[in-house]
Amino acid sequence: MHKTISEKILADHAGKSEVFPDELVEVRIDFAFGNDITAPLAIEAFKRSGAKKVFDRERVCLVPDHFVPNKDIASAVQARMLRDFAKEFDLPYYFEVGRMGVEHALLPEQGLVLPGDVVIGADSHTCTYGALGAFATGVGSTDLAATMITGRLWFKTPHSMKFIYRGKLRPWVGGKDIILYTIGRIGVDGARYRAMEFEGEVIDSLPMADRFSMCNMAIEAGAKVGLIAPDAITEQYVNVRAKRPYKFYRSDPGATYEAVHEWDLSALEPVVALPHSPENVKQVTEIPKTPIDQVVIGSCTNGRLEDLRLAAQVLKGKKVARGVRCLVIPATQLVYMEAMEEGLIETFIEAEAAVSTPTCGPCLGGHMGILAPGESAVATTNRNFVGRMGHVESKVYLSNPAVAAASAVLGRIAHPEEVLS
Amino acid sequence: MKIKGKTWKFGNDIDTDAIIPARYLNTTDPAALASHCMEDADAQFASTVKPGDIIAAGKNFGCGSSREHAPIAIKASGVSCVVAQSFARIFYRNALNMGLPILECPEGADRIQTGDELEIDLDSGVIENLTRKEKYTAQAIPPFMQKLIKAGGLMEYVREQMSGQE
Repeated sequence: MHKTISEKILADHAGKSEVFPDELVEVRIDFAFGNDITAPLAIEAFKRSGAKKVFDRERVCLVPDHFVPNKDIASAVQARMLRDFAKEFDLPYYFEVGRMGVEHALLPEQGLVLPGDVVIGADSHTCTYGALGAFATGVGSTDLAATMITGRLWFKTPHSMKFIYRGKLRPWVGGKDIILYTIGRIGVDGARYRAMEFEGEVIDSLPMADRFSMCNMAIEAGAKVGLIAPDAITEQYVNVRAKRPYKFYRSDPGATYEAVHEWDLSALEPVVALPHSPENVKQVTEIPKTPIDQVVIGSCTNGRLEDLRLAAQVLKGKKVARGVRCLVIPATQLVYMEAMEEGLIETFIEAEAAVSTPTCGPCLGGHMGILAPGESAVATTNRNFVGRMGHVESKVYLSNPAVAAASAVLGRIAHPEEVLS
Repeated sequence: MKIKGKTWKFGNDIDTDAIIPARYLNTTDPAALASHCMEDADAQFASTVKPGDIIAAGKNFGCGSSREHAPIAIKASGVSCVVAQSFARIFYRNALNMGLPILECPEGADRIQTGDELEIDLDSGVIENLTRKEKYTAQAIPPFMQKLIKAGGLMEYVREQMSGQE
């Protein structure tokens, strides 16, 4: 039988010769992790169960990243639960403030999640690692607790949808624009329970950072996983980082897809998702002049070095508009260091942006950039639900890093060419 | 098992930030989470919801974050069941894993309005709308998940496996 990449990975991890869509399978988990919001519930469930050890201390990982550096006393107590658990079970992959990063940028960078893996994370954006050709999906805290004990978890084998992208991308258009465009076309439940596979000549030449941005937001279309078949670009990224052996899987020609979408992106301009849904997508050139109060450049979607380079290209020699706060948050300590060595941090500070230590902070309205009633932000993050970044009457516009930087300079939503021309 | 209660109706794509905003996720205490349940969708909900009440909603209920605090907040607020046209997949898993009954019922989700009194038979999936004198049938919960529910949720299932190994 001709199989998709998802079916092949699940079959191998279930110890079966093949699996079929809708089939329930119990699979071996290669890597499981949680953060300072989701892991405390998992740790409580783990303790209540009476478990005495984790299934494999090198495959259970804790990353405090959402409300750290601790935003208040209650958050400090939650973060301490992770620290104590990591100490008790001698977990080598616990990432303290100062050594950490936003989990979905950090784990691939550290070579801890790899092609061919089944990865579960108690965080919905775990689907990011599909960019490496891993079957990676977000689960809840109870699922994480069960996995920490048994190293196994059940899944319903998803149906697959194929997205083929043709043409040549215009300047300032990248992975973020492609995924927002896709969500705009199919809606926030357009891939509910499905595996999304991204391919075509646009993907063939797309850098890893853009691939991560795309797969990161597969959940925003309701998908279980978003996958890109590993290739030479993947190999180049992974082989210098991998902490374990890995395996490349590809879909067979003739595999079964529930739907195939084929789009030419040659005419696509940078896009923005307007409040209050990631499916509310318009090209920047189509929307009226929209004043803003804040810009956030960072997150698991767009906080990588390549993203900061784009933002710096636009901000170089410019100033953030009066009345606008521009927050730049490198996603990991390594990204921060490399951005500093390249002079990007200096560019941001000279532009009068505020640079923060890695944190998810403002993306989910946690801390480090909360919006007041009536305020608007352009953010390179992944969700613009009601109240996502602060007050219920605030607004979030999602964009790529270059559009966010241009918007910071002009104080309104802007195309990068408006700043650079 | 039968459930009876008054309905709170919500729209499509009710996300986990609407169910429990992230600003309250610095605790795992069910009562504290319940006191902010649905706050950004309906600020009156948490203070007026009664034990046994039912939530009805449109498509893709629970989309967004993986936070299990969402079904915890709903359950701890006293809600006995969520009936929706469809559920986001992580929310669906989380609800079953922690024992919050949820039913997919496109017809019912469409017809039911705020204030309607419902009687739900969880075993058969039949929803009786006592206010409108209508009956809807929800999709049956798959056998594997019924097994999980019968075991008392995923952790009980795991505990059974652990004791089997000793």
